[in-house]
Amino acid sequence: MNPEEPLQPRLSLRGIEKRYPGVRALAGVDLDVMPGQVHAVLGENGAGKSTLMHVVYGLVAPDEGSMTWEGEPLRLRSPREAIARGIGLVAQHFHLVERHTVAENLALGFPDAPFWRPTRSLLPRLQAAAERYGLALDPGAQVRDLSPGERQRVEIVKALMQGARLLVLDEPTSVLTPAEVDALFAVLRRFVAEGSSVVFVSHKLAEVEVLADVVTVLRRGAVVGRRSAADGLDRRDLARLMVGRDLAAAVADRGRARAAAIAAGPVRLRLTDVRVDAPGRAQGPALNVASLEVRGGEIVGIAGVAGNGQSELVAVVAGLRAPSAGTVEVDGREPGSGRRRRGARSQVDAGVALVPEDRTKVGVVGDLSVARNLALRHAHRRPFARGMWIDWQAVGRVSQSAVEAYDIATPSTGTPARLLSGGNVQKVILARELDRDPGVVVAVHPTYGLDVAATSQTHERLLAAAGRGAAVLLVSEDLDEVLSLSDRVAVLSGGRVVATMAAADADPEALGLAMAGVSA
Amino acid sequence: MDIDVLVVATIARALAFATPLLWAALGEVIAERSGVVNLGVEGMMALGAVTGFAVAFTTGDVWWGLAAAGLAGMLGSLLHAFVAITLRADAYVSGLSLTMLGLGLSALIGRAWVGRPLPDPMRTIDVPWLRELPLLGPMLFQGQYVLTYAALLAAVVAWAMLFHTRGGLVLRSVGENPTAVDAAGLHVRPVRYAAVLIGGLLAGIGGGYLSLAYRPSWGEGMVNGLGWIALALAIFAMWHPLRVIVAGLLFGACFTLAFRLQTVFPPELLTMLPYVFTVLALVFTAWRRGRLAFGAPEALGRAYLRGER
Amino acid sequence: MIGALRRRRAARRWEPRADAPAWRVMLVTIAAVAVAALVVTWVFVAYGVAPGEAWATIVRRTLLEPRGLSETVRKAIPLLLAGIGLLLAFRARFWNIGAEGQILAGAIGATAVALFTELPGPLVVPAMFLAGMLAGAAWGAVPALLKARMGVNEIITTLMFNYIALYLVRWLINGPWKARSATGFSYSERFPAEAVLPTLGATRLHWPTLAIALVLVAVVALLLARSRFGFEVEVLGRSPEAARYAGIDAGRVTLLLAALAAGAAGLAGVGEVAGIHRRLVEPTQLSLGYGYAAILVALLARGKALAVVPAALFLGFVFAAGDVMRVSLRLPSQLPDVVTGLVLLLVVASEPLTRGRWVRRDPAEAATAPAAEAPVAPPAAATAGAPAGGAAHASPDGEG
Repeated sequence: MNPEEPLQPRLSLRGIEKRYPGVRALAGVDLDVMPGQVHAVLGENGAGKSTLMHVVYGLVAPDEGSMTWEGEPLRLRSPREAIARGIGLVAQHFHLVERHTVAENLALGFPDAPFWRPTRSLLPRLQAAAERYGLALDPGAQVRDLSPGERQRVEIVKALMQGARLLVLDEPTSVLTPAEVDALFAVLRRFVAEGSSVVFVSHKLAEVEVLADVVTVLRRGAVVGRRSAADGLDRRDLARLMVGRDLAAAVADRGRARAAAIAAGPVRLRLTDVRVDAPGRAQGPALNVASLEVRGGEIVGIAGVAGNGQSELVAVVAGLRAPSAGTVEVDGREPGSGRRRRGARSQVDAGVALVPEDRTKVGVVGDLSVARNLALRHAHRRPFARGMWIDWQAVGRVSQSAVEAYDIATPSTGTPARLLSGGNVQKVILARELDRDPGVVVAVHPTYGLDVAATSQTHERLLAAAGRGAAVLLVSEDLDEVLSLSDRVAVLSGGRVVATMAAADADPEALGLAMAGVSA
Repeated sequence: MDIDVLVVATIARALAFATPLLWAALGEVIAERSGVVNLGVEGMMALGAVTGFAVAFTTGDVWWGLAAAGLAGMLGSLLHAFVAITLRADAYVSGLSLTMLGLGLSALIGRAWVGRPLPDPMRTIDVPWLRELPLLGPMLFQGQYVLTYAALLAAVVAWAMLFHTRGGLVLRSVGENPTAVDAAGLHVRPVRYAAVLIGGLLAGIGGGYLSLAYRPSWGEGMVNGLGWIALALAIFAMWHPLRVIVAGLLFGACFTLAFRLQTVFPPELLTMLPYVFTVLALVFTAWRRGRLAFGAPEALGRAYLRGER
Repeated sequence: MIGALRRRRAARRWEPRADAPAWRVMLVTIAAVAVAALVVTWVFVAYGVAPGEAWATIVRRTLLEPRGLSETVRKAIPLLLAGIGLLLAFRARFWNIGAEGQILAGAIGATAVALFTELPGPLVVPAMFLAGMLAGAAWGAVPALLKARMGVNEIITTLMFNYIALYLVRWLINGPWKARSATGFSYSERFPAEAVLPTLGATRLHWPTLAIALVLVAVVALLLARSRFGFEVEVLGRSPEAARYAGIDAGRVTLLLAALAAGAAGLAGVGEVAGIHRRLVEPTQLSLGYGYAAILVALLARGKALAVVPAALFLGFVFAAGDVMRVSLRLPSQLPDVVTGLVLLLVVASEPLTRGRWVRRDPAEAATAPAAEAPVAPPAAATAGAPAGGAAHASPDGEG
């Protein structure tokens, strides 16, 4: 930040255009990143942020447009060229080899590391970087034993050691606790204070407000606005730019009238002292003595940083995994416990629906038709099953009506699911899971990566399911989503339910502290 | 028979028996560490054996034969590399077809040489100085082939290269997480090609050992499942070159020890033993793996296409 | 600026397709076979046999003469049985390479019944088929159990079981079951007349086995198309994760279909001993590598049960042609092996061609994209790679 001399932009993008079949991921994006500047790129999921970052890092070639780097034309054929220029990327999903040590992962990023024992010469440089930015790392630790925050630190150190003068961070805070977020921001401030630049990609308004010097807002692949911190950043203004309408209207006022009705409803899902052991994990059980009750009509949000037991909780409730100890009761009964356990099928028969986290790999079978995917979890039951046979005509009839009722955009029910967009895949899953009025609904990151319309439809479906008396467990990393949808919020930390609170009373700060494992 | 004579002879035989397994298993470890499974070992060994024999027979020089054997294995693996890496076809089926093709081709090529002994086969050597050692001398340093020691040396070299050099680091990374390697700006496919070709070279040498040294002749049943045993050995050794030595010698010792029981058992059942051991070794590995939480390279058997997960 | 260079470099893009159109699969398969035929022609020339005449002889003696045709069909019988089983196993991605051993196991089972039981005449043959099927199924169930319970690689174990079965048969015919008359070659006693399958006229076509094979193909086709089990196999083969989510017991399904596949191969073994050899013989004569060739039958059929029939007939032709080459043309007997390996390799290599196509990168492409509004995961999204943390997102990266 040096207002005296007019500076040349470090990186400049002009008219960057990228198309995929059926999508215009980037529609003529201009961007200037100055030295000593944190430039935030704000946008919803699907706005084109990641594609833009991949263009800057040489992973994706733009169809049109030009880039300049410190005044010179920039053409990137591979990440290697980006690294050589001084561009570093900290991706949302880390590019680390889990079974290698930290030092080995760092050495992988260095073309000039010596051939013989490449990790040894890195240690002094690692030390230097660690001291300069306050990024302590154990070079001998295996990456798979590190927390997400520590893994991110490895990525940052790698970029810094490679001599990055522009650091691109893609949704860097999504896996961090609030305290870790503060530490990350301190590192980034130190970095730009040296005259380097940061591109900070996020959809979180609060963080952008705190950190950014300049904010560029993307919507549907195009720049829809640019604001400078010098002129003051207004959260509502940014939100309007990002979403395209007022956020206040987007968050439904759900009222507390329902609270009384819920309190009277029966407990449909009850977890008692559930423990899930994680063999081969150093930190002890993945889920440890978690107890939870969800009543009919109630939506309970599970907040917490990824890796604190959410996936185990989901697996246990959905029957994908047997608890090491404790019980999971649905409507007062344990579905298929003990020797009668038939995995997920017992839970399906007991009325447990699951909207899984990985919708393309788990939620549907991509090669199978929409119709078959709609029958995926119910093929063993009426009306689809007739003894040992399947009545494909019944499947066809049911799926035809589901496609209409859930507004699934597909050429036909015979189309393979993998040709559908993410939003429509999610509609297939919702149709299958919710159409039979389940007693318990587990939804994991249900709107991740969906566009605005699909997101709000998903929210409506979940609310409707609760309205019909289902107990809904909502696992999401998006705190805003959790707070706006849930009646109650339970916080998971270190495999324990550390706090539960009414969503209406939940204060983000207290929630953040609980997520970080600090008892309020 | 004296017990120490028995032990000495058993270990000496075990070394000789294990040598082709060591070569082939080492090659497979290198290939699989890069994420490419190659079920063509059996075929590559057969190609190596027949080519090595043909060239040695024609030129009269076993070393030319050995070079040809390695080259033949490499050519076979090139076919697999092209189909599995470049075309991204199913690596398992591709390797399997390489085995079938290799066995068929080697039988076809080798017809002219069936039943003809190699006039000038590879000679055994005694290691100077070390051969004088009591017990250890006759056990390890007398009457072995150079290729046996070379196999042990190759295992150590492979270990050093894999775990202590930059090239090895890249190779292992490609097998674990090709996306990370791509993101680091390195190329995945050339690394995989190199690993598969080295694997083919070593399998070919293993085949050459059979037809040039171990049983200096050629016959259709020469490899007889050794390639598949080598594949199992790579798993049993958990993809570690030094453990390949240990596992290979253990295998060799089991077989030779069992063959000492010839007076008790009919020969057909004894010949069956290596295959039974292999199954048992795999079961043992699976059982132990459950405890150690240690498995195959993450990306094993998956073709890499940038942009595919 | 980047554009010009870029566009040239990446003017074509690989676009995966939903389902390979049938004509494309046919074309690719025929091309693979044609290439193999070219190689064989080249071998003819290399061995100094006039190619035209050689092919004419082969076609006449395998397809046109009744006796030759019966040989082709007869050799297709074990391929049909083993092939339909493997097709089922491969559909669930259970890589059973052990059909050869399972054929031998079936032959052992049948021989045990034929030589060592005292059943009333008409019951002998059904009992032999039953015993052979059970023996084959048991032989295949062991690797399947190891796979399902402990995750032991089934490719290697099934293969090892081939060798074990081979030496087991060898031991039996050299030891406990050795015929008193056997000198030089080893074999068991001759089966009694009621344990021998009837054949069609003067040929060696043991039609009961053929009938069983065709019925089995139909049953498997029906199972795959219409049954819950078929649906579970299909889901399991395409996505084990989704199968778990769907509540499918992968262990049970794997075990069941592995036993089915191995049982079918066992039936093939019964046919060979009871229909052709009429005694237990040297394993390499008992099964001429049918178990390995059946892998190609299953792959050629590409998951379609009924397509096993033409695929098995084709390979039966290859085997019968091999006999003609050896006997009439005095060509090496290993040629069929080479042809089998070559066709397999070509079919595998061409498989990706049926799964996608190269398309021009074209700005107008967006307009002609599939009716769905966007692809599930555009290439950009996917560079993010596998999730780093245990519980990190695995859904697409979002863009698009």
